[in-house]
Amino acid sequence: MNLPELHHKLIRTARLRPPDDRVPYAFEKRITALIRDRVAERNRHSWVQGLWRAAISCVAIAFMCGVWMFFAADRPGSNSDDFSQNFENTLLASVDQSDTTP
Amino acid sequence: MERSEAELIAAVLAGDAASFEPLVQKYSPRVFATARRYARRDSEVEDIAQEVWLKAFDKLKSFRGEAPFEHWLMRMTVRTCYDFLRAHQRNRESAFSEISDAEDDWLERFVAAPEGGGDHAEAAKLLVEKVLEKLSPEARMVITLLEIEDHTVKEIAELTGWSAPLVKVRAFRARSEMRKILGRMTKEKYL
Repeated sequence: MNLPELHHKLIRTARLRPPDDRVPYAFEKRITALIRDRVAERNRHSWVQGLWRAAISCVAIAFMCGVWMFFAADRPGSNSDDFSQNFENTLLASVDQSDTTP
Repeated sequence: MERSEAELIAAVLAGDAASFEPLVQKYSPRVFATARRYARRDSEVEDIAQEVWLKAFDKLKSFRGEAPFEHWLMRMTVRTCYDFLRAHQRNRESAFSEISDAEDDWLERFVAAPEGGGDHAEAAKLLVEKVLEKLSPEARMVITLLEIEDHTVKEIAELTGWSAPLVKVRAFRARSEMRKILGRMTKEKYL
């Protein structure tokens, strides 16, 4: 058996018959729909990621405030009632103001 | 008015996903023809084409416009086909018992008259596909690009991302692998 000749003949045959370039019906529409879904998913993902980051930051700030208040209360000479009252007054200042305004 | 390729790409990068559709429409025949060199089933061919286009969309930012979009896309297509071949390395060690009568006839004619004309080209084409399926992914890729599609070593290096010496080494190994497979096939049939 002449293997090199068989090899060349098979390759020649493959060259003579290029593959079909037919595209399934509405293939481009399907790709565009998939891409739109991907873009929407990506946008959703970036929002979720942003919200998670914001939530983590809020928790960290709340924790730091808690720690600060805890140590501020323990400090000698500090008045924890005053501090908490002041903090509350500051936070609710706008509400208090609106209550007192006729 | 029809927009140029560069305008379409710029629009896609600016967030207009619909501008990608004309590009898909224009280049899908080439993507499908290339995918059909490596996959036989329609579902597999469609999966490859779909993956190529989704990758192209995701990586469009990396297209710098120095070479034509078609070249960039074909590189992605060839690499996706190579990944497909590596993921579907099955039945490569199986026997040639599934050779049809027409293919068997073609082989017999070849044995009788190696220099004979190209009758029953369809049978020969199917036989080539079966032989190519038995090759390793690297060998199949290099035989297809170098011998069937007639690309140069430099072009293959660009398409596959392999270095030129590596392409040459793989081409040498691929030819010997193919001869071994042909030898095994003819032994099974005629011994």
